[in-house]
Amino acid sequence: MNQNLRILVVEPDPERVRAIIDALKDAGWSDVKALAHMSALDRTVKEFAPDIVLIDLANPDRDTLEHIFDATETSKRAVALFVDQTDDTLTQAALNAGVSAYVVDGLKMERIKSVLETAIARFKIMRQMQSELDAAKQALEDRKTIDRAKGILMRQRGLSEEDAYNLLRKTAMSQNRKVIDVALALVTAAELLL
Amino acid sequence: MSQTVLNCGYVPLVDCAPLVIAKELGFAAEEGLALNLVRQPSWSALRDMLALGHLDAAQMLSPMPVAMSIGFGGLPAQVDTLMVLSVNGTVFGVSNDVAADLGAVPFGDAKALLSALSARKDAKLRVGVPFHYSMHRLLLSYWTSIAPDLQIEEITVPPPRMADAVADGFVDAFWVGEPWGSVAVGQNVAQLMMTGKDVWQFAPEKVLAARHDWVEGHEDAAARLMRAVFKASAWLDARKNTPLAVEILARSEHLSMSPDLIDPALSGDIVTKHNTAPTHVGRFLQFHKHAATFPWRSQAAWIASQLGADGAGIEKAMACVRTDLYRQNLAGIGADMPGASEKKEGALHFETAVASTRGHMILAPDAFFNGRTFDFSSK
Repeated sequence: MNQNLRILVVEPDPERVRAIIDALKDAGWSDVKALAHMSALDRTVKEFAPDIVLIDLANPDRDTLEHIFDATETSKRAVALFVDQTDDTLTQAALNAGVSAYVVDGLKMERIKSVLETAIARFKIMRQMQSELDAAKQALEDRKTIDRAKGILMRQRGLSEEDAYNLLRKTAMSQNRKVIDVALALVTAAELLL
Repeated sequence: MSQTVLNCGYVPLVDCAPLVIAKELGFAAEEGLALNLVRQPSWSALRDMLALGHLDAAQMLSPMPVAMSIGFGGLPAQVDTLMVLSVNGTVFGVSNDVAADLGAVPFGDAKALLSALSARKDAKLRVGVPFHYSMHRLLLSYWTSIAPDLQIEEITVPPPRMADAVADGFVDAFWVGEPWGSVAVGQNVAQLMMTGKDVWQFAPEKVLAARHDWVEGHEDAAARLMRAVFKASAWLDARKNTPLAVEILARSEHLSMSPDLIDPALSGDIVTKHNTAPTHVGRFLQFHKHAATFPWRSQAAWIASQLGADGAGIEKAMACVRTDLYRQNLAGIGADMPGASEKKEGALHFETAVASTRGHMILAPDAFFNGRTFDFSSK
Protein backbone atom coordinates (compact mmCIF):
# COMPACT_ATOMS: atom_id res chain seq x y z
CA MET A 1 0.00 0.00 0.00
CA ASN A 2 3.01 2.27 0.32
CA GLN A 3 3.84 2.64 -3.33
CA ASN A 4 3.31 5.87 -5.21
CA LEU A 5 2.06 7.77 -2.22
CA ARG A 6 3.22 11.37 -2.23
CA ILE A 7 3.88 12.74 1.22
CA LEU A 8 4.49 16.39 2.07
CA VAL A 9 6.12 17.23 5.40
CA VAL A 10 5.53 20.79 6.64
CA GLU A 11 8.11 21.39 9.33
CA PRO A 12 10.52 24.29 9.95
CA ASP A 13 13.09 22.37 12.02
CA PRO A 14 15.59 20.75 9.60
CA GLU A 15 16.72 18.08 12.06
CA ARG A 16 13.20 16.97 12.66
CA VAL A 17 12.56 16.95 8.91
CA ARG A 18 15.54 14.63 8.43
CA ALA A 19 14.35 12.29 11.17
CA ILE A 20 10.84 12.17 9.74
CA ILE A 21 12.02 11.60 6.18
CA ASP A 22 14.35 8.81 7.35
CA ALA A 23 11.52 7.16 9.23
CA LEU A 24 9.26 7.43 6.19
CA LYS A 25 11.91 5.99 3.88
CA ASP A 26 12.51 3.10 6.28
CA ALA A 27 8.79 2.45 6.18
CA GLY A 28 8.84 2.31 2.37
CA TRP A 29 7.67 5.77 1.43
CA SER A 30 10.19 7.50 -0.79
CA ASP A 31 8.17 10.15 -2.59
CA VAL A 32 8.53 12.68 0.19
CA LYS A 33 8.92 16.43 0.02
CA ALA A 34 9.66 18.72 2.93
CA LEU A 35 8.65 22.34 3.22
CA ALA A 36 9.84 24.76 5.88
CA HIS A 37 8.05 27.94 4.96
CA MET A 38 4.41 28.66 4.25
CA SER A 39 5.13 31.05 1.39
CA ALA A 40 5.67 28.09 -0.95
CA LEU A 41 2.82 26.03 0.48
CA ASP A 42 0.14 26.98 -2.02
CA ARG A 43 2.33 26.28 -5.05
CA THR A 44 3.76 23.09 -3.59
CA VAL A 45 0.35 21.65 -2.78
CA LYS A 46 -0.81 22.36 -6.33
CA GLU A 47 2.32 21.12 -8.10
CA PHE A 48 3.35 18.20 -5.91
CA ALA A 49 -0.28 17.20 -5.22
CA PRO A 50 0.50 15.26 -2.05
CA ASP A 51 -1.73 12.39 -1.02
CA ILE A 52 -0.95 13.04 2.58
CA VAL A 53 0.45 16.01 4.45
CA LEU A 54 2.27 15.73 7.76
CA ILE A 55 2.17 18.79 9.97
CA ASP A 56 2.72 19.39 13.66
CA LEU A 57 -0.50 19.99 15.57
CA ALA A 58 1.19 23.01 17.15
CA ASN A 59 2.15 24.49 13.77
CA PRO A 60 0.13 27.67 13.15
CA ASP A 61 0.45 27.10 9.38
CA ARG A 62 -2.31 24.53 9.78
CA ASP A 63 -4.93 27.26 9.10
CA THR A 64 -3.14 28.20 5.88
CA LEU A 65 -2.99 24.57 4.80
CA GLU A 66 -6.67 24.13 5.50
CA HIS A 67 -7.57 27.18 3.42
CA ILE A 68 -5.51 25.87 0.48
CA PHE A 69 -7.28 22.52 0.75
CA ASP A 70 -10.65 24.29 0.86
CA ALA A 71 -9.74 25.98 -2.39
CA THR A 72 -8.60 22.73 -4.01
CA GLU A 73 -10.10 19.30 -3.52
CA THR A 74 -10.24 18.84 0.22
CA SER A 75 -11.86 15.47 0.19
CA LYS A 76 -8.99 13.95 -1.73
CA ARG A 77 -6.30 14.84 0.75
CA ALA A 78 -5.32 13.57 4.14
CA VAL A 79 -3.64 15.58 6.82
CA ALA A 80 -1.67 13.86 9.54
CA LEU A 81 -0.90 15.78 12.66
CA PHE A 82 2.04 15.31 14.92
CA VAL A 83 1.72 15.89 18.62
CA ASP A 84 4.48 15.59 21.14
CA GLN A 85 2.67 13.30 23.51
CA THR A 86 1.09 10.04 22.55
CA ASP A 87 -2.59 10.49 23.08
CA ASP A 88 -4.41 7.39 22.00
CA THR A 89 -7.86 8.62 23.00
CA LEU A 90 -7.41 11.66 20.82
CA THR A 91 -6.07 9.58 17.94
CA GLN A 92 -9.02 7.25 18.23
CA ALA A 93 -11.51 10.08 18.50
CA ALA A 94 -10.05 11.72 15.39
CA LEU A 95 -10.19 8.44 13.50
CA ASN A 96 -13.76 7.74 14.61
CA ALA A 97 -14.83 11.22 13.63
CA GLY A 98 -13.71 10.28 10.13
CA VAL A 99 -11.69 13.40 9.62
CA SER A 100 -8.68 13.56 7.43
CA ALA A 101 -6.66 14.41 10.51
CA TYR A 102 -4.60 11.85 12.31
CA VAL A 103 -2.39 12.15 15.28
CA VAL A 104 1.09 10.75 15.41
CA ASP A 105 3.61 10.89 18.18
CA GLY A 106 6.19 13.04 16.44
CA LEU A 107 9.02 12.04 18.71
CA LYS A 108 8.71 8.30 18.33
CA MET A 109 9.77 7.71 14.78
CA GLU A 110 9.34 3.95 15.06
CA ARG A 111 5.62 4.50 15.39
CA ILE A 112 5.28 6.53 12.21
CA LYS A 113 4.84 3.50 10.01
CA SER A 114 2.04 1.87 11.99
CA VAL A 115 0.14 5.07 12.66
CA LEU A 116 0.45 6.30 9.10
CA GLU A 117 -0.71 2.97 7.77
CA THR A 118 -3.79 3.14 9.99
CA ALA A 119 -4.37 6.71 8.90
CA ILE A 120 -4.05 5.91 5.23
CA ALA A 121 -6.23 2.82 5.48
CA ARG A 122 -8.88 4.84 7.23
CA PHE A 123 -8.55 7.60 4.69
CA LYS A 124 -8.99 5.14 1.83
CA ILE A 125 -12.14 3.77 3.44
CA MET A 126 -13.53 7.28 3.78
CA ARG A 127 -12.73 8.04 0.17
CA GLN A 128 -14.26 4.74 -0.93
CA MET A 129 -17.43 5.49 1.05
CA GLN A 130 -17.61 8.93 -0.49
CA SER A 131 -17.28 7.63 -4.03
CA GLU A 132 -19.83 4.89 -3.34
CA LEU A 133 -22.19 7.51 -2.01
CA ASP A 134 -21.64 9.64 -5.10
CA ALA A 135 -22.20 6.58 -7.31
CA ALA A 136 -25.42 5.74 -5.48
CA LYS A 137 -26.69 9.29 -5.87
CA GLN A 138 -25.85 9.22 -9.57
CA ALA A 139 -27.60 5.88 -10.03
CA LEU A 140 -30.73 7.30 -8.45
CA GLU A 141 -30.61 10.32 -10.75
CA ASP A 142 -30.08 8.10 -13.81
CA ARG A 143 -32.99 5.94 -12.82
CA LYS A 144 -35.27 8.98 -12.64
CA THR A 145 -34.15 10.18 -16.07
CA ILE A 146 -34.77 6.75 -17.61
CA ASP A 147 -38.23 6.59 -16.01
CA ARG A 148 -39.08 9.97 -17.47
CA ALA A 149 -37.86 8.93 -20.91
CA LYS A 150 -39.95 5.76 -20.70
CA GLY A 151 -42.96 7.85 -19.67
CA ILE A 152 -42.53 10.08 -22.72
CA LEU A 153 -42.35 7.09 -25.07
CA MET A 154 -45.37 5.45 -23.43
CA ARG A 155 -47.47 8.60 -23.79
CA GLN A 156 -46.30 9.71 -27.23
CA ARG A 157 -46.13 6.34 -28.94
CA GLY A 158 -48.59 4.35 -26.88
CA LEU A 159 -46.03 1.75 -25.83
CA SER A 160 -46.08 -0.48 -22.80
CA GLU A 161 -43.44 0.18 -20.17
CA GLU A 162 -41.44 -2.84 -21.23
CA ASP A 163 -41.56 -1.89 -24.92
CA ALA A 164 -40.54 1.66 -24.07
CA TYR A 165 -37.50 0.39 -22.22
CA ASN A 166 -36.64 -2.05 -25.01
CA LEU A 167 -36.82 0.77 -27.54
CA LEU A 168 -34.45 2.86 -25.47
CA ARG A 169 -32.09 -0.07 -25.09
CA LYS A 170 -32.17 -0.96 -28.80
CA THR A 171 -31.55 2.64 -29.83
CA ALA A 172 -28.65 2.89 -27.41
CA MET A 173 -27.12 -0.35 -28.71
CA SER A 174 -27.49 0.58 -32.35
CA GLN A 175 -25.85 3.98 -31.74
CA ASN A 176 -23.22 2.55 -29.44
CA ARG A 177 -24.35 4.81 -26.60
CA LYS A 178 -25.44 4.24 -23.04
CA VAL A 179 -29.14 3.92 -22.24
CA ILE A 180 -28.88 6.85 -19.87
CA ASP A 181 -27.44 9.08 -22.63
CA VAL A 182 -30.29 8.23 -24.98
CA ALA A 183 -32.82 8.78 -22.20
CA LEU A 184 -31.24 12.11 -21.32
CA ALA A 185 -31.31 13.24 -24.95
CA LEU A 186 -34.97 12.24 -25.22
CA VAL A 187 -35.94 14.05 -22.02
CA THR A 188 -34.05 17.18 -23.09
CA ALA A 189 -35.60 17.13 -26.54
CA ALA A 190 -39.06 16.62 -25.06
CA GLU A 191 -38.55 19.57 -22.73
CA LEU A 192 -37.66 21.75 -25.71
CA LEU A 193 -40.53 20.56 -27.89
CA LEU A 194 -43.41 20.10 -25.49
CA MET B 1 -16.49 23.45 48.04
CA SER B 2 -14.86 21.54 45.23
CA GLN B 3 -14.64 23.42 42.00
CA THR B 4 -15.76 22.23 38.61
CA VAL B 5 -12.80 22.03 36.25
CA LEU B 6 -13.59 23.49 32.87
CA ASN B 7 -11.20 23.40 29.90
CA CYS B 8 -11.65 26.39 27.67
CA GLY B 9 -9.63 26.90 24.48
CA TYR B 10 -8.42 30.28 23.28
CA VAL B 11 -6.04 31.85 20.79
CA PRO B 12 -3.70 34.50 22.25
CA LEU B 13 -5.12 37.75 20.86
CA VAL B 14 -6.11 40.84 22.84
CA ASP B 15 -9.79 40.02 22.49
CA CYS B 16 -9.47 36.83 24.56
CA ALA B 17 -9.47 39.33 27.47
CA PRO B 18 -12.90 38.34 28.89
CA LEU B 19 -11.68 34.78 29.44
CA VAL B 20 -8.38 35.87 31.00
CA ILE B 21 -10.13 38.41 33.25
CA ALA B 22 -12.79 35.86 34.26
CA LYS B 23 -9.97 33.64 35.47
CA GLU B 24 -7.45 36.15 36.84
CA LEU B 25 -9.91 38.39 38.70
CA GLY B 26 -11.72 35.44 40.20
CA PHE B 27 -15.09 35.76 38.44
CA ALA B 28 -14.84 32.10 37.47
CA ALA B 29 -13.81 31.00 40.96
CA GLU B 30 -16.80 32.92 42.41
CA GLU B 31 -18.97 30.72 40.24
CA GLY B 32 -17.27 27.60 41.52
CA LEU B 33 -15.28 27.06 38.33
CA ALA B 34 -11.63 26.14 38.02
CA LEU B 35 -11.25 27.72 34.58
CA ASN B 36 -8.41 26.06 32.75
CA LEU B 37 -7.47 28.22 29.75
CA VAL B 38 -5.86 26.08 27.07
CA ARG B 39 -3.86 27.99 24.47
CA GLN B 40 -4.33 26.79 20.87
CA PRO B 41 -1.82 27.17 18.04
CA SER B 42 -4.39 27.65 15.28
CA TRP B 43 -8.12 27.99 14.75
CA SER B 44 -8.23 24.60 13.02
CA ALA B 45 -6.58 22.98 16.03
CA LEU B 46 -8.95 24.73 18.42
CA ARG B 47 -11.95 23.61 16.39
CA ASP B 48 -10.77 19.99 16.29
CA MET B 49 -10.02 19.90 20.03
CA LEU B 50 -13.49 21.26 20.78
CA ALA B 51 -15.20 18.89 18.38
CA LEU B 52 -13.26 15.89 19.71
CA GLY B 53 -14.15 16.70 23.30
CA HIS B 54 -10.72 17.77 24.52
CA LEU B 55 -12.10 21.19 25.28
CA ASP B 56 -15.39 21.87 27.03
CA ALA B 57 -15.76 25.36 25.60
CA ALA B 58 -13.75 27.75 23.47
CA GLN B 59 -13.32 31.27 22.21
CA MET B 60 -14.16 31.08 18.52
CA LEU B 61 -14.28 33.39 15.54
CA SER B 62 -17.97 34.23 15.21
CA PRO B 63 -18.35 32.50 11.80
CA MET B 64 -16.90 29.21 13.08
CA PRO B 65 -19.96 27.79 14.92
CA VAL B 66 -22.12 28.95 12.00
CA ALA B 67 -19.88 27.24 9.43
CA MET B 68 -19.73 24.05 11.50
CA SER B 69 -23.52 23.99 11.95
CA ILE B 70 -24.06 24.30 8.22
CA GLY B 71 -21.34 21.72 7.55
CA PHE B 72 -18.74 23.96 5.86
CA GLY B 73 -15.08 23.07 6.29
CA GLY B 74 -13.39 20.67 8.65
CA LEU B 75 -15.00 18.48 11.25
CA PRO B 76 -18.74 18.04 11.24
CA ALA B 77 -19.95 18.87 14.74
CA GLN B 78 -22.86 20.65 16.29
CA VAL B 79 -21.41 23.63 18.12
CA ASP B 80 -23.53 26.25 19.88
CA THR B 81 -22.82 29.95 20.31
CA LEU B 82 -23.49 30.74 23.99
CA MET B 83 -22.71 34.45 23.90
CA VAL B 84 -20.60 37.06 22.13
CA LEU B 85 -17.16 37.68 23.68
CA SER B 86 -16.23 40.77 21.70
CA VAL B 87 -17.56 43.14 19.05
CA ASN B 88 -15.28 44.77 16.43
CA GLY B 89 -11.56 45.10 17.17
CA THR B 90 -9.97 44.27 13.81
CA VAL B 91 -7.87 46.47 11.52
CA PHE B 92 -7.21 46.63 7.79
CA GLY B 93 -3.72 47.71 6.78
CA VAL B 94 -1.64 47.90 3.62
CA SER B 95 2.08 47.61 2.95
CA ASN B 96 4.05 50.86 2.80
CA ASP B 97 4.38 50.39 -0.97
CA VAL B 98 0.63 50.14 -1.48
CA ALA B 99 0.09 53.06 0.93
CA ALA B 100 2.39 55.19 -1.25
CA ASP B 101 0.26 54.33 -4.32
CA LEU B 102 -2.93 55.32 -2.56
CA GLY B 103 -1.99 58.86 -1.65
CA ALA B 104 -4.05 60.68 0.94
CA VAL B 105 -7.04 58.61 1.95
CA PRO B 106 -8.68 59.63 5.24
CA PHE B 107 -8.35 56.95 7.93
CA GLY B 108 -11.55 54.96 8.31
CA ASP B 109 -13.20 55.95 5.01
CA ALA B 110 -14.11 52.55 3.57
CA LYS B 111 -15.57 53.93 0.32
CA ALA B 112 -12.67 56.29 -0.45
CA LEU B 113 -10.22 53.49 0.31
CA LEU B 114 -12.01 51.13 -2.04
CA SER B 115 -11.91 53.73 -4.85
CA ALA B 116 -8.23 54.40 -4.25
CA LEU B 117 -7.40 50.69 -4.26
CA SER B 118 -9.41 50.16 -7.47
CA ALA B 119 -7.58 53.05 -9.14
CA ARG B 120 -4.13 51.51 -8.59
CA LYS B 121 -2.27 50.32 -11.67
CA ASP B 122 -1.99 46.84 -10.23
CA ALA B 123 -5.60 45.76 -9.79
CA LYS B 124 -4.63 42.67 -7.81
CA LEU B 125 -4.36 42.80 -4.05
CA ARG B 126 -3.17 39.86 -1.95
CA VAL B 127 -4.79 40.21 1.44
CA GLY B 128 -3.77 38.19 4.50
CA VAL B 129 -6.60 37.02 6.75
CA PRO B 130 -6.31 34.82 9.86
CA PHE B 131 -8.77 32.10 8.91
CA HIS B 132 -11.21 31.27 6.16
CA TYR B 133 -14.20 31.26 8.53
CA SER B 134 -13.46 34.60 10.17
CA MET B 135 -15.30 37.92 10.38
CA HIS B 136 -12.13 39.46 8.88
CA ARG B 137 -12.57 37.44 5.71
CA LEU B 138 -16.34 38.05 5.52
CA LEU B 139 -15.95 41.82 5.99
CA LEU B 140 -13.23 41.86 3.33
CA SER B 141 -15.49 40.02 0.85
CA TYR B 142 -18.51 42.14 1.69
CA TRP B 143 -16.56 45.40 1.40
CA THR B 144 -14.80 44.56 -1.89
CA SER B 145 -17.87 42.97 -3.50
CA ILE B 146 -18.97 46.39 -4.76
CA ALA B 147 -15.61 46.97 -6.51
CA PRO B 148 -15.64 44.57 -9.48
CA ASP B 149 -12.34 45.91 -10.87
CA LEU B 150 -10.44 45.06 -7.73
CA GLN B 151 -9.04 41.52 -7.71
CA ILE B 152 -8.66 40.24 -4.19
CA GLU B 153 -6.63 37.15 -3.42
CA GLU B 154 -7.31 35.99 0.11
CA ILE B 155 -4.37 34.29 1.79
CA THR B 156 -4.60 32.69 5.20
CA VAL B 157 -1.69 33.82 7.37
CA PRO B 158 -1.34 33.08 11.10
CA PRO B 159 -1.71 36.51 12.78
CA PRO B 160 1.68 36.45 14.56
CA ARG B 161 3.30 36.15 11.11
CA MET B 162 1.27 38.91 9.46
CA ALA B 163 3.92 41.62 9.87
CA ASP B 164 6.60 39.34 8.38
CA ALA B 165 4.28 38.36 5.53
CA VAL B 166 3.93 42.05 4.62
CA ALA B 167 7.66 42.68 5.05
CA ASP B 168 8.49 39.71 2.77
CA GLY B 169 6.04 40.89 0.13
CA PHE B 170 3.99 37.71 0.58
CA VAL B 171 0.86 39.84 1.07
CA ASP B 172 0.07 43.45 0.05
CA ALA B 173 -2.48 44.04 2.76
CA PHE B 174 -4.05 42.34 5.75
CA TRP B 175 -7.14 42.20 7.89
CA VAL B 176 -6.15 41.13 11.37
CA GLY B 177 -7.02 41.33 15.05
CA GLU B 178 -4.97 43.26 17.57
CA PRO B 179 -2.15 43.38 18.49
CA TRP B 180 -0.92 42.21 15.11
CA GLY B 181 -1.90 45.35 13.19
CA SER B 182 -0.04 47.50 15.72
CA VAL B 183 2.92 45.14 15.50
CA ALA B 184 3.13 45.64 11.72
CA VAL B 185 3.00 49.42 12.19
CA GLY B 186 5.58 49.21 14.98
CA GLN B 187 7.94 47.39 12.62
CA ASN B 188 7.30 50.10 10.01
CA VAL B 189 6.20 47.64 7.33
CA ALA B 190 2.55 48.68 7.02
CA GLN B 191 0.05 51.44 7.51
CA LEU B 192 -3.44 50.95 8.97
CA MET B 193 -6.21 52.29 6.74
CA MET B 194 -9.41 51.53 8.64
CA THR B 195 -10.90 49.30 11.30
CA GLY B 196 -13.51 46.58 10.92
CA LYS B 197 -16.23 48.85 12.21
CA ASP B 198 -15.77 51.14 9.22
CA VAL B 199 -17.34 48.35 7.16
CA TRP B 200 -19.84 47.08 9.75
CA GLN B 201 -20.24 49.18 12.86
CA PHE B 202 -21.28 46.33 15.13
CA ALA B 203 -19.68 43.11 13.93
CA PRO B 204 -19.61 40.17 16.36
CA GLU B 205 -15.94 39.18 16.39
CA LYS B 206 -15.38 36.35 18.89
CA VAL B 207 -17.97 34.15 20.56
CA LEU B 208 -18.04 31.71 23.43
CA ALA B 209 -18.83 28.31 21.95
CA ALA B 210 -19.39 24.78 23.19
CA ARG B 211 -20.48 21.48 21.71
CA HIS B 212 -24.25 21.14 21.66
CA ASP B 213 -24.21 17.77 23.43
CA TRP B 214 -21.82 19.07 26.09
CA VAL B 215 -24.15 21.99 26.79
CA GLU B 216 -27.10 19.62 27.11
CA GLY B 217 -25.24 17.50 29.66
CA HIS B 218 -23.61 20.38 31.56
CA GLU B 219 -26.24 23.08 31.77
CA ASP B 220 -25.05 24.17 35.17
CA ALA B 221 -21.37 24.46 34.22
CA ALA B 222 -22.34 26.31 31.04
CA ALA B 223 -24.46 28.74 33.06
CA ARG B 224 -21.63 29.39 35.50
CA LEU B 225 -19.14 29.98 32.69
CA MET B 226 -21.52 32.40 31.00
CA ARG B 227 -22.06 34.35 34.23
CA ALA B 228 -18.30 34.56 34.91
CA VAL B 229 -17.60 35.80 31.38
CA PHE B 230 -20.49 38.28 31.54
CA LYS B 231 -19.11 39.79 34.76
CA ALA B 232 -15.61 39.91 33.29
CA SER B 233 -16.86 41.72 30.20
CA ALA B 234 -18.71 44.29 32.35
CA TRP B 235 -15.51 44.89 34.32
CA LEU B 236 -13.48 45.23 31.12
CA ASP B 237 -15.80 47.81 29.58
CA ALA B 238 -15.57 50.18 32.54
CA ARG B 239 -13.18 52.84 31.31
CA LYS B 240 -11.54 53.27 34.71
CA ASN B 241 -10.45 49.64 34.65
CA THR B 242 -8.60 49.87 31.33
CA PRO B 243 -5.10 50.57 32.72
CA LEU B 244 -5.43 47.74 35.22
CA ALA B 245 -6.82 45.43 32.54
CA VAL B 246 -3.76 46.15 30.37
CA GLU B 247 -1.51 45.33 33.34
CA ILE B 248 -3.32 42.08 34.17
CA LEU B 249 -3.35 40.90 30.57
CA ALA B 250 0.34 41.76 30.11
CA ARG B 251 1.34 39.93 33.28
CA SER B 252 -0.83 36.93 32.55
CA GLU B 253 0.90 33.87 31.16
CA HIS B 254 -1.98 33.54 28.70
CA LEU B 255 -1.04 36.33 26.33
CA SER B 256 2.75 36.79 26.62
CA MET B 257 2.59 40.32 25.23
CA SER B 258 4.00 43.61 26.43
CA PRO B 259 1.57 46.27 27.74
CA ASP B 260 2.21 48.61 24.82
CA LEU B 261 0.87 45.95 22.45
CA ILE B 262 -2.29 45.41 24.49
CA ASP B 263 -3.07 49.06 25.18
CA PRO B 264 -4.16 50.21 21.67
CA ALA B 265 -7.00 47.70 21.41
CA LEU B 266 -8.35 48.38 24.89
CA SER B 267 -7.95 52.17 24.83
CA GLY B 268 -8.90 52.61 21.17
CA ASP B 269 -5.82 54.79 20.66
CA ILE B 270 -4.41 53.29 17.48
CA VAL B 271 -1.15 54.29 15.84
CA THR B 272 -1.95 53.99 12.15
CA LYS B 273 1.45 54.98 10.77
CA HIS B 274 4.94 54.48 12.15
CA ASN B 275 6.17 57.35 14.35
CA THR B 276 2.93 59.30 14.29
CA ALA B 277 0.51 60.19 17.08
CA PRO B 278 -2.30 57.71 17.75
CA THR B 279 -5.79 58.23 16.37
CA HIS B 280 -8.63 57.61 18.81
CA VAL B 281 -11.18 55.14 17.47
CA GLY B 282 -14.42 55.12 19.44
CA ARG B 283 -15.91 51.65 20.11
CA PHE B 284 -12.82 50.05 18.60
CA LEU B 285 -13.30 46.88 20.64
CA GLN B 286 -16.39 46.33 22.74
CA PHE B 287 -16.96 43.70 25.36
CA HIS B 288 -20.12 44.63 27.18
CA LYS B 289 -21.97 47.88 26.56
CA HIS B 290 -24.95 48.07 24.19
CA ALA B 291 -25.76 44.39 24.70
CA ALA B 292 -22.43 43.46 23.10
CA THR B 293 -22.53 40.00 24.71
CA PHE B 294 -26.02 39.23 23.39
CA PRO B 295 -25.78 36.63 20.60
CA TRP B 296 -28.21 38.09 18.08
CA ARG B 297 -29.68 35.38 15.89
CA SER B 298 -29.70 37.88 13.04
CA GLN B 299 -25.89 38.19 13.30
CA ALA B 300 -25.55 34.45 12.75
CA ALA B 301 -28.01 34.71 9.85
CA TRP B 302 -25.92 37.47 8.26
CA ILE B 303 -22.79 35.35 8.62
CA ALA B 304 -24.54 32.34 7.08
CA SER B 305 -25.82 34.39 4.15
CA GLN B 306 -22.33 35.77 3.51
CA LEU B 307 -20.99 32.22 3.55
CA GLY B 308 -23.43 31.47 0.75
CA ALA B 309 -25.87 29.38 2.78
CA ASP B 310 -29.41 28.81 1.49
CA GLY B 311 -32.56 29.30 3.54
CA ALA B 312 -32.12 25.97 5.31
CA GLY B 313 -28.50 26.85 6.15
CA ILE B 314 -29.56 30.20 7.58
CA GLU B 315 -32.14 28.41 9.73
CA LYS B 316 -29.43 26.09 11.05
CA ALA B 317 -27.14 29.04 11.76
CA MET B 318 -29.85 30.76 13.77
CA ALA B 319 -30.62 27.56 15.66
CA CYS B 320 -27.03 27.21 16.92
CA VAL B 321 -27.30 30.56 18.72
CA ARG B 322 -28.44 29.94 22.27
CA THR B 323 -30.38 33.09 23.09
CA ASP B 324 -32.55 30.83 25.26
CA LEU B 325 -29.59 30.03 27.54
CA TYR B 326 -28.42 33.64 27.50
CA ARG B 327 -31.81 34.82 28.71
CA GLN B 328 -32.19 32.03 31.23
CA ASN B 329 -28.69 32.22 32.72
CA LEU B 330 -27.94 35.92 32.75
CA ALA B 331 -31.26 37.56 33.66
CA GLY B 332 -30.64 36.73 37.34
CA ILE B 333 -27.39 38.72 37.51
CA GLY B 334 -28.75 41.93 36.12
CA ALA B 335 -28.30 41.55 32.38
CA ASP B 336 -30.86 43.61 30.54
CA MET B 337 -32.43 41.60 27.72
CA PRO B 338 -33.58 42.95 24.37
CA GLY B 339 -37.25 42.28 23.61
CA ALA B 340 -36.42 40.38 20.42
CA SER B 341 -33.56 38.00 19.58
CA GLU B 342 -33.26 39.29 16.04
CA LYS B 343 -32.77 42.78 14.73
CA LYS B 344 -32.67 44.28 11.28
CA GLU B 345 -28.90 44.22 10.79
CA GLY B 346 -27.52 47.49 9.49
CA ALA B 347 -30.58 49.57 10.36
CA LEU B 348 -29.08 51.62 13.19
CA HIS B 349 -27.06 54.70 12.22
CA PHE B 350 -27.11 56.22 15.72
CA GLU B 351 -27.40 55.00 19.27
CA THR B 352 -31.01 53.90 19.53
CA ALA B 353 -33.29 52.95 22.41
CA VAL B 354 -35.15 49.68 21.94
CA ALA B 355 -37.58 47.72 24.09
CA SER B 356 -35.99 45.52 26.73
CA THR B 357 -36.99 43.58 29.81
CA ARG B 358 -36.20 46.58 32.01
CA GLY B 359 -37.96 49.13 29.82
CA HIS B 360 -35.45 50.11 27.20
CA MET B 361 -31.82 49.59 26.33
CA ILE B 362 -29.50 51.58 24.12
CA LEU B 363 -28.13 49.76 21.10
CA ALA B 364 -25.02 50.99 19.34
CA PRO B 365 -25.01 51.84 15.62
CA ASP B 366 -24.75 48.72 13.44
CA ALA B 367 -24.84 50.26 9.95
CA PHE B 368 -22.88 48.86 7.01
CA PHE B 369 -20.55 51.14 5.04
CA ASN B 370 -22.82 50.94 1.99
CA GLY B 371 -26.05 51.47 3.92
CA ARG B 372 -27.53 48.06 3.20
CA THR B 373 -29.86 46.44 5.71
CA PHE B 374 -30.55 42.76 6.27
CA ASP B 375 -33.85 41.55 7.66
CA PHE B 376 -33.92 37.84 8.45
CA SER B 377 -37.02 37.86 10.66
CA SER B 378 -39.59 38.06 7.89
CA LYS B 379 -39.42 34.35 7.08
